[in-house]
Amino acid sequence: MTPEHTTPPRWATRFLSWYCKPALLEDLEGDLNEYFERNCKTKGKLKAKWIYVLDVIKFMRPYTLRTPKIINLFFHWIMISSYIKTSGRSILRNKLFSSINIFGLAISMAVGLLLIAMLSDIYSYDRFHEKRDRIYRVNSLYQYMDQKDQDPFATTSLKAAQLIKETFTNVEDVAIVQRDFSADIGYGEKKIPLSGFWANESFFNVFSFQLLQGNPGNALKEPYSIVLTEESARKLFGGEDAIGKVVVHQEKEYKITGVMADVPDFSHFKFDMLASISTLPVLDPKFNENLKWDNIWNTYAYVLLPEGTVPQDLATSFNKLSQVEDKTVEHVHIELTLQPLLEIVSGEDLNNQIGRVMGKEMIWILSALVFVVILSACFNYTNLSVARSLKRSREVGIRKTIGALKSHVIFQFITESIIISLLALILSFGIFLLVRPHFIGLEDNLQHLLSLNLSIPLVLLFILFAAVIGLFAGIFPALFFGNLNAIAVMKNLSAKPVFKGLTVRKVLIVFQYCISIIAITATLILHKQYKHFVAYDLGFTTHNILNIRLQGNKAELLMKDLEELPEVKEMSRSMLVSGVGNYWGATMKYPKNPLDSAGVYYNQVDAEYIPLHNHQIIAGSNFTNTVVDSIETEVIVNQGVLKRFNIANQDPEKAIGEVLKVNGKEVRIVGVMKDFAYGKANDERVKEIMMREGGKDMQYLNVKILSDNWPSTYAKIEKIWKNHDTVHPLDAKFYDDEIEQAFSGLKASVKVGGFLAFLVICISSIGLLGMVIFTTETRIKEISIRKVLGANEGKLLFLLSKGFVILLTIAAAIALPLTYIVFSEVLLTNIANHAPLTWSELLTGVVAVLAVALIMIASQTLKVARTNPAEVLKAE
Amino acid sequence: MKGSNLGEFEELVLLTIAALVNDAYSVGICDELEKHTGRSVKLGVVHAVLNRLEEKGYVKSKLGEATSVRGGKRKRYYTVTNAGKSALLAAKEVRDQLWSMIPSVTLKPAR
Repeated sequence: MTPEHTTPPRWATRFLSWYCKPALLEDLEGDLNEYFERNCKTKGKLKAKWIYVLDVIKFMRPYTLRTPKIINLFFHWIMISSYIKTSGRSILRNKLFSSINIFGLAISMAVGLLLIAMLSDIYSYDRFHEKRDRIYRVNSLYQYMDQKDQDPFATTSLKAAQLIKETFTNVEDVAIVQRDFSADIGYGEKKIPLSGFWANESFFNVFSFQLLQGNPGNALKEPYSIVLTEESARKLFGGEDAIGKVVVHQEKEYKITGVMADVPDFSHFKFDMLASISTLPVLDPKFNENLKWDNIWNTYAYVLLPEGTVPQDLATSFNKLSQVEDKTVEHVHIELTLQPLLEIVSGEDLNNQIGRVMGKEMIWILSALVFVVILSACFNYTNLSVARSLKRSREVGIRKTIGALKSHVIFQFITESIIISLLALILSFGIFLLVRPHFIGLEDNLQHLLSLNLSIPLVLLFILFAAVIGLFAGIFPALFFGNLNAIAVMKNLSAKPVFKGLTVRKVLIVFQYCISIIAITATLILHKQYKHFVAYDLGFTTHNILNIRLQGNKAELLMKDLEELPEVKEMSRSMLVSGVGNYWGATMKYPKNPLDSAGVYYNQVDAEYIPLHNHQIIAGSNFTNTVVDSIETEVIVNQGVLKRFNIANQDPEKAIGEVLKVNGKEVRIVGVMKDFAYGKANDERVKEIMMREGGKDMQYLNVKILSDNWPSTYAKIEKIWKNHDTVHPLDAKFYDDEIEQAFSGLKASVKVGGFLAFLVICISSIGLLGMVIFTTETRIKEISIRKVLGANEGKLLFLLSKGFVILLTIAAAIALPLTYIVFSEVLLTNIANHAPLTWSELLTGVVAVLAVALIMIASQTLKVARTNPAEVLKAE
Repeated sequence: MKGSNLGEFEELVLLTIAALVNDAYSVGICDELEKHTGRSVKLGVVHAVLNRLEEKGYVKSKLGEATSVRGGKRKRYYTVTNAGKSALLAAKEVRDQLWSMIPSVTLKPAR
């Protein structure tokens, strides 16, 4: 009969015997069994099991519970201290293995600590706002015709922000922040450059920035009001009282209506001052023309939802708003979404961010890498502990014979690994302090985002982290030893327990070396890409060109003085620096095909710009006249524009003289230039480019410099600059440096990747070293006998290292194709103009890793192979 | 002696033990009670009562032989002690006295 074969759930029975008084247990168990068998027949197995479990729980009554005896607790305490003592002794006895373990764990944990500190910084952003859980930012997803953007913009239109504030009933308040209130503020003779935003009167209601002086309700209400931070107030007025003072900004007078505490470090946007947004319509009578639904580039709207509202509640209101407002613009659909305030810094990296963000992907990638490093170090621990099981199993056997339970042994080994991981924590904390400044300095973004300062909760988190690592690293060896059969171990001290873990250990070594090889090859590939992009032929010359940001100064005056310098060869002016990730666009129409229009990226330049940068003109000429009264008549386009509008059948010669409409104004093509990289070397999207004649909008002076002594030339330029501008410091960068800057993200990944690769290789090398030492030590007698019998060193070396070399070969055989496929098929396909993948980068990494490993194996095996056999055998 | 008086359910259990003579163990008592009272009797409750009765000294128990049923666990058989017997008799006496005081008319169900 089948019912006999079914047994009640074992865990429930175990639970019963754990809590029940021994005197009552047998009877109770029997009763439950009887009921179980009965229920199996009448109600089915599943239900019977269920009833059994319930009954076990129901039987937990005061009279059935085992009473803990104080004496037992006392014994437990003695045992625990004994565990700690024996663990300590075993750590001290095996100094080499312990230090390998501690060191390996420490370096991996240092990275873990960095990650924890980083995450704790990232997630503490914007927590100081009291209403933080109810504040959401309005993001906009832009769609032109059928082209829907992938990522939303962090900005929205001022119109949308105002409509939400005025018409939405399910919104408590809306703080509107507009970009670009950044200029020089004058007070008396003093002039100070400050940066800030335009903001509306709800700003201090929604956010919890502390207003020290002034009325939070109406400080930003009236036009021409400014709220300064404490620091900027001090800069501007010294010790004087700021409230009510009148300052000058672009020849207009503003009143200081408030002084606020400095913006906290962990605020996702930072500023020196705020001006009332109501000033804008007063400043510019045409301002309301800008109030368009599709002008979504400059305004940030933060909505404060009433308590109990979820952001989904607003979705329908947003959809309705979009439906109505889409009709006011052509071909454009804008979708509004809400992003929680607390997810701005840790969320996705959107376009038009107000401040710096970390980006979700970055966080995930870093976490995954750190996880792999830590995993690798834990494997070391597991590997070495299990490998040494031969020595430890005797100890465990005796323990068990004397009466230790399985749980005691497990507890002992976990204690040991936690002690080791806590020791490793001390070391890793030192490494953490050492590496911290370098990590922050890796990239601009990190520098601005992170402080990685220590706090008590953070340190507690570190300790918890170490304990978890210890538990994780120690659990496998502990279970292994816990399951050892005492009798078998005592009877036969052969290699049986060692044998059991052998395949696992081999797999772990292969895994570690796979990771090492992948890490180093990936870093090498990234490095090659970086070099490739920095040296990429953009289609124009950038050497020895210094770009000076004019910062509002008159270019002509500056040029006149700079011309005097002998080092200055040529000069030109431009609106932006191309090739480093700057974009500016205008709408272009070709009147012969009036229905078609397209966005075309452009740069405004003067006639000297094109020869100075060696842009190649394939037909026509450079600009022939200069702009008078900002009426431009001429334009130079690239081949992409001819192709896009099919001008003169794409024949450059015939295209000269054709008329185009740029932003509605007619201009004549005077030249056609070769395509070049407008955005960045890895940006293929920009196909249509034009060079417009520049008038007043020039932002940069491009100076070609030939100098043997750059510092002195720089000093001369700086001196000239200071004669013209006493407020702003000189902002001049070499073009090539700017290109490097544009790829600083890639550079940072190379650095991080390189560092992690180094760590992983270190860790796996340490692990391998431990394994080699262990194997050679256990085989030392065998080696000695072989030697006595006549084996030579070469043969012994081969014998000892053969196994490891095979493992390394397997690792390489897995890692290489994997890296190749991942990069060639997945990662690099998304990057335009990338450098081709060659086997040289792949092989260099493998050779480097294997060389290190082989040197280690050889050094150890050679040591053993060279020992005097008499010394070893004598000891027996 | 605390709580030496007999509760209603305790009395029932004690009576069942006495009735089952040599075969009184927890599940058996449960089944017997169920059969006679017609209401479902929870094992947990019976167990608790048996435990209490033993504490009070009304029953004593010993483990029986191991069998193949019950997962090889032995049964605990209960027998009524002298103290238990006198407690049962005392309870019966109280009832009998009360019964004898009732005029037969009052117990006829009302229409």
